[in-house]
Amino acid sequence: MEQLSRRRFLKISAATVGAGAVGSQIPVVSSLAMGSKPPAGKVETIPTYCEMCFWKCGGIAHVRDGKLWKFEGNPLDPMSRGRLCPRGTGAPGTHYDPDRLSKPLIRAGERGKEEFKAVTWDEALNYVADKFKKIAAEHGPESIALWKHGTGARFFEHVMRAYGCVNKAAPSFAQCRGPRDIGYLLTYGTGLGSPEPTDIANTKCLVLIGTHLGENMHNTQVQEFAQAVANKATIIVVDPRYSVAASKAKYWLPVKPGTDMALVLAWMNVLVSEGLYDKEFVAKHGHGFDKFAAAIKDNTPEWAEAETGIPAATIRATAREMAKARPAALVHPGRRVNWYGDDAQRQRATALLNALLGNWGRKGGLYLQAGMKVAGYPFPKFPEAGKPKVDNVDERWPFADEEVTTGLREATITGKPYPIKGWVVYASNLIQTLPNEKETIEAINKLDLLVVVETHPSEIAGYADVILPDTSFIERHDDLYVGWGRQGWTALRQPTVAPPGEQKPAWWIAKELANRLGVGQYMPFKDMDEYLAARCEKSGIDYAKLRKEGILMGPKTPITVEEGAEISFDTPSKKVEFWSDQLAKRGFDAVPKYTAPEKAPDGFFRLITGRAPVHTFSRTQTNLYLRDLMKENEVWVNAETAAKAGLKHGQYVKLKNQDGVVSNRVKVKATQRIRPDTLYMVYGFGHTNRMLKSAYLMGASASQLNTRYKVDPLMGGTSIHQNFVTFVKEA
Amino acid sequence: MIEITTTRHNPLVDPVLSVWSWEIPVYLFFGGMIAGMMILAGINMLKLAKGERAESFYSVQTPLLGFILMNLGMGALFLDLAHKLYVYRVYMAFEPHSPMSWGSWVLLLVYPVILVSALIRLPQAWPWLGERAPVLQRLSDAIVASPGKVKLLGILNIGLGIGLGIYTGILLSTMVARPLWNSAILGPLFLVSGLSAAAAMVHLTASLVPGHPAPRSFLGGAFAMLVQPLGERPPEPRTADGLVKADLAFLAVELVLIGLLFIGLASSSASHVAAIDLLTSGKYATIFWWVVIVAGILVPLALQWLELGHRIPHTILPALLVLAGGFALRWVMVGAGQASHMIAATGM
Amino acid sequence: MPRFGMVIDTLKCVGCMDCVVACQTENDVPFGHCRDWIVTETRGEFPNLSLEIRSERCNHCDNPPCVTCCPTGASHVEGFGKTVQVTAEKCIGCKACLAACPYGARFVHPDGYADKCTFCLHRVKEGKDPACVSVCPTHCMVFGDLDDPKSAVSQLLKSRKHHTILPEAGTKPRVFYLT
Ligand code: SF4
Ligand code: SF4
Ligand code: SF4
Repeated sequence: MEQLSRRRFLKISAATVGAGAVGSQIPVVSSLAMGSKPPAGKVETIPTYCEMCFWKCGGIAHVRDGKLWKFEGNPLDPMSRGRLCPRGTGAPGTHYDPDRLSKPLIRAGERGKEEFKAVTWDEALNYVADKFKKIAAEHGPESIALWKHGTGARFFEHVMRAYGCVNKAAPSFAQCRGPRDIGYLLTYGTGLGSPEPTDIANTKCLVLIGTHLGENMHNTQVQEFAQAVANKATIIVVDPRYSVAASKAKYWLPVKPGTDMALVLAWMNVLVSEGLYDKEFVAKHGHGFDKFAAAIKDNTPEWAEAETGIPAATIRATAREMAKARPAALVHPGRRVNWYGDDAQRQRATALLNALLGNWGRKGGLYLQAGMKVAGYPFPKFPEAGKPKVDNVDERWPFADEEVTTGLREATITGKPYPIKGWVVYASNLIQTLPNEKETIEAINKLDLLVVVETHPSEIAGYADVILPDTSFIERHDDLYVGWGRQGWTALRQPTVAPPGEQKPAWWIAKELANRLGVGQYMPFKDMDEYLAARCEKSGIDYAKLRKEGILMGPKTPITVEEGAEISFDTPSKKVEFWSDQLAKRGFDAVPKYTAPEKAPDGFFRLITGRAPVHTFSRTQTNLYLRDLMKENEVWVNAETAAKAGLKHGQYVKLKNQDGVVSNRVKVKATQRIRPDTLYMVYGFGHTNRMLKSAYLMGASASQLNTRYKVDPLMGGTSIHQNFVTFVKEA
Repeated sequence: MIEITTTRHNPLVDPVLSVWSWEIPVYLFFGGMIAGMMILAGINMLKLAKGERAESFYSVQTPLLGFILMNLGMGALFLDLAHKLYVYRVYMAFEPHSPMSWGSWVLLLVYPVILVSALIRLPQAWPWLGERAPVLQRLSDAIVASPGKVKLLGILNIGLGIGLGIYTGILLSTMVARPLWNSAILGPLFLVSGLSAAAAMVHLTASLVPGHPAPRSFLGGAFAMLVQPLGERPPEPRTADGLVKADLAFLAVELVLIGLLFIGLASSSASHVAAIDLLTSGKYATIFWWVVIVAGILVPLALQWLELGHRIPHTILPALLVLAGGFALRWVMVGAGQASHMIAATGM
Repeated sequence: MPRFGMVIDTLKCVGCMDCVVACQTENDVPFGHCRDWIVTETRGEFPNLSLEIRSERCNHCDNPPCVTCCPTGASHVEGFGKTVQVTAEKCIGCKACLAACPYGARFVHPDGYADKCTFCLHRVKEGKDPACVSVCPTHCMVFGDLDDPKSAVSQLLKSRKHHTILPEAGTKPRVFYLT
């Protein structure tokens, strides 16, 4: 067991417990174990917003004698409300992570062999700029694409666009919340964005379909979920696994994976056939309701029982619970919902279920997001785009309103409609993020340049030609975060400590690159302080105050009908589209339809995946605090299934999928908490980059097993739960 | 069906408590043996005080051996401490509720008593020293000349010996958290086991070098002092038989006490019942059955019984077995005891 | 003088371990060690299940065997709040207290002394909640004076069903779990 003690340097002295030295002398720290004399230390508090995940909570860094000590929630922030989640709280563990990237690296061996030599920033940036110029000269700047996740990508996007790189993609769309946003966009005329406008705190009935709040640590929602539990709201959880949320629920529906759509259709069938839906709302705001009602007429609970394994009586009872509570009844729209490849339609179905409950803009339902106006920086205008983007040629996925990742990957492989020769990958571990890593590697092999800008050596970094070490969020400036929620707000990201090595903040890297690419005029500010001050000044925000408080709240406006808000819909019909003409016109189902999932081959089980509260994707496994709490994932196996397969709780096993791909070894969790036909894993583990020393080959990678994926015909989302796996016992 | 998971991951605590490895069993073993030796020596001192001829082994070599073994035991204890620089803190407090505190103070008294006891025949046993430190000779003479003093020493030896012996058991048995230890039998068991180990040790040492007279050299003399019976004659068969008889009794009682320990645990809570399994069928079962019970008690019992009947010659084998069994008992009890834990009696 | 205790609502707790991380950073708990931890207890058989999630730590027992067994007085009941504390400079690292605690609440700090939850007395003295309590996103923990009938902890114990861990150990634990 490792015994890294970062307070080794603190001498124990002879004070006794509670000898009175403690407590009186703030800001002198008194944080040590009782009995050890508190070290004399000055604590400085600096607010900044968190990016241990994408939720972007406001926090306050406590810096003791120039060293990062702890990170606490900012009470002014509407996301954290003064309480961060475990990953945010564990942010110092990322700052101190010894496995972080620290120097710019240039590939020294074969691509993918993880052999690099350390170079200076100048060398690295010049190398990248030269390659950019070469590709631009040969193919045009459009042949260099950006992959991005998170706030730090902002200036890369900006600089690359200025250089003429039009192609970009973010897995957060097609590999995460895209299907949901499109489902809601098609129904209500607006996507939901982040954070979702769910009034969980005030709901009387909360329906979670696969959403595992509590394990899925969307801070604000978890806080409100606990409130809902305390309020004794009726909670209905649909999950093949007895999730933490399920354990708090009045109804747990252990649905057969892949049949959620049948359940949602049956619920709507009950609401309509029993006349329990919000007739007033539908009459006033609904479009094509009669055609919709006719379309779901046969989706009775009895029909759904056969598909889902949920008794018809339970389906009826739960539908009635929702109806009883409406409009303060809420079907959570979910977030990472790209499960089976027909997800935009399933999400549309939940959007319609919400519509039947009439909860749009209602207390305890989906509130209307409020924002605040913050002026942009007066940048010069971008040059005209040269060529069109490659990811969604001829509107192959007609309803995608963002770039489709696998489209960009495919174009890189095929070179059509034109070659893609360079990738800049910002904070996005494409090997684990995109389905079927083989295709990603195939695409990488077509590249003349792969630049990875990262904080830690992710799998994709192992393939890079150049690795540029980014500072972690807690060490850098970023752009303002202008949040939409119950009330708009602006949050500041500012450095709280110096980075531990030669890392440079994303904005600096982008700016230096701009200078070398001859587009320095598009980054006309000296540094971020100047940039942020300018934005604030233009917006009438007191920058000095923002630096001190970290958060500035926008105006309070009504967000529910109860508060006097007006509701309107930006669909073609200007109504909630129970029947979607635009879908019909493109040859899709105007009302969502159910397709039965495929059966698992004999001896195989469907693999589903989810999140753990202490990790974000594949990004945090080496965090000093978080890895202590979960250093590897487990495969959940129903206890009987395990017994039949001759597996013991706690033993290691490998998983082989239908395509013969074998995972790294993973521990068996034999449990009653999952359906016998389903396996479950937290994704993001099983790292294969040796530079990630403390996470290397710890657990199994769920995405490695995702070789068979379906693409959502509406918007290009790729499925993650379409794989069947079997056990391979270790010799 | 109950599934329990915990995220706790503290070294030495998870997955099972293992704060003590070989050091504490060694310490307990030597502690118990010294206690036994003190009692045996004390009895002989009382005889000596009454004018009985008891000059041979017990009254001289035993305390000296004890002194050396005690240092080994304390050395092991010290090695076990995690915060060694602060060891002096034990003697800056007396904690009346803490067996360990009592034990530490008892040990502090044991040292001078053993050393003074050793003085009785020290100059004689180790002429080299006696010639160079006449003051020791005078002290020795003064003690031997006064039956009252010898008697007092004898009583001190017996008293402290019993205290020390029982303490090695009480130290563990007061811990409610460890069901296997949580029995009043443990003190007497460790005491009796200490006595049998002491008898075996004395027997073993006495049998090692029967040569005499003591060499006058520094090293040779020092060695002889520890292992060579004093006086002109080899140990009387009576002495050897006496030791063997005593050992027979100790072993028999020990067996009974182990039985009682089991009965006590078996008739207690679920946690206690589960604790027995750790000994009888768990990781420690092989050592418990074969080394503690068979090799450490049953075989020596049989051998010594045969020796007494003069059906087989005296050998040091039973003594060696008893010592091995005595150590194994401490080792098994310390290991399995740590692994034993309380089980929630009621559903939560 | 108050008698501090903690009341934890298992219905709200989601087992996210934020309390564990917060304790580690607040108290510089060395990596690889923890003063608090999460226990989950699943009962029943699929699909009829129940789950209790508990954030556990030293119970600051009213009758603490770890204090009784300590040979040096390093483990002691602190006057302030009647909490159980360890004075590192008195501890010899004999580990008797680790063995005596039925809850496994203690560990040996890499520097050699016995360590465990302090109820964040240094924070409490500043009028703050312990770190774990103050960070919990579900607000499931409440800290306060058990002897004050008006305190939130006393009120909760009066109005809600609750239990402690291993009451049969006779330690009289002062961390209570609402069910
Ligand atoms: S949910 Fe957690 S990791 Fe995400 S932004 Fe908030 S505190 Fe940070
Ligand atoms: S929980 Fe353990 S360490 Fe804490 S007071 Fe009770 S016995 Fe002592
Ligand atoms: S380890 Fe330290 S605190 Fe614990 S009993 Fe020993 S001396 Fe006391």
